[in-house]
Amino acid sequence: MTTVDLPLVRASGLTKHFGDFEAVRGIDVEVRRGEAFGFLGPNGAGKSSTMRMVACTSPRTGGDLRVLGMDPDVDGPRIRSRIGVVPQEDNLDTELTARQNLEVYGRYFGLSRAHVRSKAVELLDFAQLADRADHEVEPLSGGMKRRLTIARSLVNDPDLLLLDEPTTGLDPQARHLLWDRLFRLKQSGVTLIITTHYMDEAEQLCDRLVVMDGGRIAAEGSPQDLIARHSTREVLELRFAPGDQDAVVPVVTPLADRVEVLPDRLLLYTADGDGVLDAVHARGVRPLSSLVRRSSLEDVFLRLTGRTLVD
Amino acid sequence: MTRTTIPASRSTGVVVGPVRATWLSVESHWLWYRRNWRSSAFSTFLGPVLFLLAMGFGFGSQVRPGAATGGLSYVEHLVPALLVTTAIQNANFDSTYAVFSAFKWSKTYWGAVATPLTPGQVFAGQLTWNALRLGASLAVFLAVAGLLGALTGPAVLWAWVFALLAGTAFSAVVVAWTATRRTDSAFNGLFRFVVMPMTLFTGAFFPMSDLPSWTWPLAWITPAWHGIELSRGAAFGTLGPVALLGHVAYLSALVVVGAVLGRRYFTRRLAV
Ligand SMILES: Nc1ncnc2c1ncn2[C@@H]1O[C@H](COP(=O)(O)OP(=O)(O)O)[C@@H](O)[C@H]1O
Ligand SMILES: [Mg+2]
Repeated sequence: MTTVDLPLVRASGLTKHFGDFEAVRGIDVEVRRGEAFGFLGPNGAGKSSTMRMVACTSPRTGGDLRVLGMDPDVDGPRIRSRIGVVPQEDNLDTELTARQNLEVYGRYFGLSRAHVRSKAVELLDFAQLADRADHEVEPLSGGMKRRLTIARSLVNDPDLLLLDEPTTGLDPQARHLLWDRLFRLKQSGVTLIITTHYMDEAEQLCDRLVVMDGGRIAAEGSPQDLIARHSTREVLELRFAPGDQDAVVPVVTPLADRVEVLPDRLLLYTADGDGVLDAVHARGVRPLSSLVRRSSLEDVFLRLTGRTLVD
Repeated sequence: MTRTTIPASRSTGVVVGPVRATWLSVESHWLWYRRNWRSSAFSTFLGPVLFLLAMGFGFGSQVRPGAATGGLSYVEHLVPALLVTTAIQNANFDSTYAVFSAFKWSKTYWGAVATPLTPGQVFAGQLTWNALRLGASLAVFLAVAGLLGALTGPAVLWAWVFALLAGTAFSAVVVAWTATRRTDSAFNGLFRFVVMPMTLFTGAFFPMSDLPSWTWPLAWITPAWHGIELSRGAAFGTLGPVALLGHVAYLSALVVVGAVLGRRYFTRRLAV
């Protein structure tokens, strides 16, 4: 007998309307056990709306959705008992201590006092908050609150962890610390779904992701896949003095596979950035600065939607 | 043979029954209260006692016992009614700002409904907590009144029961209403134009017959008036069975209406 793992999340034609507004316009997604799956998209793409439907806190408007094999409309509480949720906005009880936040939350999952007590110790350690365990949450830094929220989401040892923009608004150091924690979770076999508008976050953490824009999915694949499919190997970025850029566009366009014109710079897509830069110089074009880099998900997003991720 | 399955769960979480879920929500309020009771101690405990001293003993010393006080001293006559107005005033904050904050500022309700708890259970937990806290604060108030010699006898304990019922009825309706508020701007108005008149002009401090008769119907719809009629009537043995049933039915109906609406509005707000 062979056992085929059903996907932990399966959505087809999933929609969400708020009044007349269509926030999610029919998306198809499958998330498999053990993978880290990402929703990459700008603000307003419909990422949080999707996450809240998967978290069984927001009823879907249409389409089909199965989470852990169950229908959220029927088995919401049962599904919620087995998943962990890190919402976009922290909703910790800031007037309780870090430890109390974990213990109270654990109790909601039907866990015994003894269990939540020892679990809280373990999670405070994991979140590197052991020394703040009995401090009130209010004065903690943004990064610490975020780590506590993640710790809280793990209190029931979830089969599936939903993280809505886990690092938005944090400084680089705090982000790296969080990434490290999420990486450990992934290593330990927890299935992760992450939304983000940071392409580096998606590249770092996600095995597979969808690019979302305007409530729709524009593309799906691993970060490397998406870059290979929708962009070139390298990108040459050229910056010019204000006003000089427009005249240069027709000159450099034939040199690259594709050129994107951003307000402050030109992006030349090519397999060989240095070669194109030489050619640019040979035509007498003198940019203020130039940079050759590898293609990123940002480029994929630009290609697919004509817009940048973070403006 | 191929079997398609979601592999066994490693999660430790389970769904708890509705009563237990409500109780867990109450527990979290209690935990919060244990850390933060100081900030509300004045308004909950000391304020009402000062009021009892000022109105009951201070002002009351100028009032001669008579028909209007049922032949009792003013303070004895006042205590059962003051218990009701205290209940309404104490319930006010817990039913407005505390609830609004959990939706909008601290957002703790949103955290709770991401667990197996449902919006209805979160509402039930809030209302149960409000009632328990009310019961405790009224008991303290009654004990203080007893120490000050303002109680007429054991029947005054009924005043505790009916004050709690009136306060809970008020709380149920107001918690439900608060769940529909997008800003906190109406809470001041509620206090000034509903809670204050309801505590001043429903017969607690002076007979309603001193007021123009067009104000009476306004008083009759308030939980305060029904609570005061019940609480005084039971404490002093002046309440007929029909009046008793009528007032209890009205207040119970408010609890039920508040509970039904509260459940609905919490769900509407938290499951969007
Ligand atoms: N509760 C709501 N009521 C009305 N509109 C909403 C609500 N939640 C989200 N939206 C709208 O739906 C769109 C998608 O929002 P969201 O899912 O939060 O996107 P993202 O998380 O990708 O930034 C936005 O235009 C947002 O304004
Ligand atoms: Mg969002």
